[in-house]
Amino acid sequence: MLAYTIRRLLMLIPVLFGMTLIVFFMIRAIPGDPAQVILGQQATEEAIESLTKRLGLDQPWYIQYVDYIKGLFTGDLGTSLRTSSEISGEIWPYLAATLELSLVAMVIAIFIGVNAGIISAWFQNSWFDYTAMVLALVGVSMPVFWLGLMEQWAFSLELGWLPSTGRENVRNPVDAITHLYLVDTLIQGRMDQFGEVVKHLILPGIALGTIPMAIIARMTRSSMLEVMRSDFVRTARAKGTRMFWVVYKHSLKNAFIPVLTVIGLQMGLLLGGAILTETIFGWPGIGRYIYDAINFRDYPVIQSGILVVAVIFVFINLIVDLLYAAIDPRIKYN
Amino acid sequence: MEQPVLKVSGLETHFFTDDGEIPAVDSVDFHVNKGEVLGIVGESGSGKSVTSLSIMQLISAPGKVVGGEISYKGENLLSKSEKEMRKIRGNEIGMIFQEPMTSLNPVFKIGNQLVEGIRIHKKWNKKDSWAHAIKFLKLVGLPRAEELMNEYPHQLSGGMRQRVMIAMAMACEPDVLIADEPTTALDVTIQAQILELMKKLNDDTDTSIIMITHDLGVVAEMCDRIVVMYSGKIVEQGTTKEIFESPKHPYTIGLIESVPDVRTRKERLYSIPGNVPKPGSIKTGCHFAPRCKFAFDKCTEVTPELIDAGNGQMARCWLHEDKEKATLLERVES
Ligand SMILES: Nc1ncnc2c1ncn2[C@@H]1O[C@H](COP(=O)(O)OP(=O)(O)OP(=O)(O)O)[C@@H](O)[C@H]1O
Ligand code: SF4
Ligand SMILES: [Mg+2]
Repeated sequence: MLAYTIRRLLMLIPVLFGMTLIVFFMIRAIPGDPAQVILGQQATEEAIESLTKRLGLDQPWYIQYVDYIKGLFTGDLGTSLRTSSEISGEIWPYLAATLELSLVAMVIAIFIGVNAGIISAWFQNSWFDYTAMVLALVGVSMPVFWLGLMEQWAFSLELGWLPSTGRENVRNPVDAITHLYLVDTLIQGRMDQFGEVVKHLILPGIALGTIPMAIIARMTRSSMLEVMRSDFVRTARAKGTRMFWVVYKHSLKNAFIPVLTVIGLQMGLLLGGAILTETIFGWPGIGRYIYDAINFRDYPVIQSGILVVAVIFVFINLIVDLLYAAIDPRIKYN
Repeated sequence: MEQPVLKVSGLETHFFTDDGEIPAVDSVDFHVNKGEVLGIVGESGSGKSVTSLSIMQLISAPGKVVGGEISYKGENLLSKSEKEMRKIRGNEIGMIFQEPMTSLNPVFKIGNQLVEGIRIHKKWNKKDSWAHAIKFLKLVGLPRAEELMNEYPHQLSGGMRQRVMIAMAMACEPDVLIADEPTTALDVTIQAQILELMKKLNDDTDTSIIMITHDLGVVAEMCDRIVVMYSGKIVEQGTTKEIFESPKHPYTIGLIESVPDVRTRKERLYSIPGNVPKPGSIKTGCHFAPRCKFAFDKCTEVTPELIDAGNGQMARCWLHEDKEKATLLERVES
């Protein structure tokens, strides 16, 4: 397992390099002179020239790329044009906000989705199965923005139960330590704030988690149905194993392999979905950070923001692959 | 007379499919005495596996046991709850399946799978169960038993896996062992070893064995008595000696004639022309009539019952209604 992990980590090196190249050229492929675009039509020649220099755009591209990579190795993600501060220093709070929302949404989506899928397969054609699968069908076809807006309308505007924007009560702000507010409020023992943070997470969490939950439920169900017909499941029953363990031990571990693929894919899509959700719910996450940067033509931020999201995506895939090997003993040997 | 360990009477197991109800097992009666080896033979599709799964109550939808009685040590298994059946499965009645390659769970270690049944039934701690499992791996002639416990099924050959299955089925010392074609998927030398092993277990432990196979060579070597099944019904039963020396049903005769005989060096193998009809597809008359070379008028008009063909040897064939007709069979043999 360790050797496999190391091998997979080494395989990431060319992937990560490839990604820096793509991001680097993608930004430069945007038409127009960045300095001109940033400064606007009225800018003077000198101003444009000095900004071009500041951005390093007067250098040939390969020098620019080497400088960029050198910077990355020292943890330098560049400087924001808008705030004039180091991106590496200001990106984390946004990233933490996105990670907190995505992880909460995903953990709940996995927990409910997997269990609903299992129970539907176990009691195939029961009322539970039918209800869960109709809901899942509705879930997968639900547009995120529509769901988000409906939630805000129902639970914030009409019922007033839950806040519709932000991630904390602005009149009682959280003292950020890790910027993962659930963690921060817990380690400070601020249960009042913890409650507020949870309340703020519910609506965007549902908006973000519904589609993955529905897809995971459907995948789990079909995978379980297939596995539960296998010979080894019959063997387990013939041993006198109780049905609960036949389902949750013998079947689930086998059925989980394709489910894991779906979870990995959904995690990736979730990062994309987060941008939309963050806009609707005023969530100060990485999506908002990049979105604002695009509006401001803040090229370094766009470049680094996309790179960070892409790196997270790659690492999610790595984790999924390692989990495959952990679940299925046949993988690492061939 | 001693009471049989297991007595099946009037067993009816039907499949409720889109093409109608299939009586895969149709009023089947047989019994197994203590320490006896009973053979159930018949071509593919004759209902052997369905019979054995019915005994274990492991028939799943669209199949259902719709009638009869399965009496184990005087208690009807069909009236037992799922919870009570779990105490029987693996503990009182063990089962070995047809498919050694797929009957073990690919994602759990051999040891884990062996210990599971022992812990359920014997309620021993992990250490004792582990030691007990190793003992049985050694008993079935597996080398490196301790190491095997920590290996996964894909690391073992088919023969080794089937030995593991036998060890698993024997580990709780059941009184009845149902072996559903335990050697069909294996090559000839391994086949002989496995059969020898089962014979030895039967001699040493007094376990009754139900040996299911379509290989008459296997039953001739292993069994005390034989039940011949055809299209969901028993067509003949008697002792091994009776069945081989004077078969009373044309189907049995056909089966015996199709056994390859090394001594006579017959070039081409005889096989009964045609296929087993789908159970229930023949409504009136003898199910074997379309393939029977002795068939006469009555055969297609009235369905035969089991008729005593002398000394308690029973055959489902109209020939035995009439002494004269019955002699037709003898002439073929000589
Ligand atoms: N899941 C099922 N759905 C519908 N019919 C079934 C099902 N399982 C078995 N049957 C019916 O039961 C009949 C007997 O099947 P069974 O598996 O008992 O045969 P068998 O004697 O064990 O044959 P083999 O030597 O191939 O193992 C089949 O021909 C089929 O018609
Ligand atoms: S009843 Fe008739 S058709 Fe059936 S086995 Fe006997 S002779 Fe053949
Ligand atoms: Mg079978």
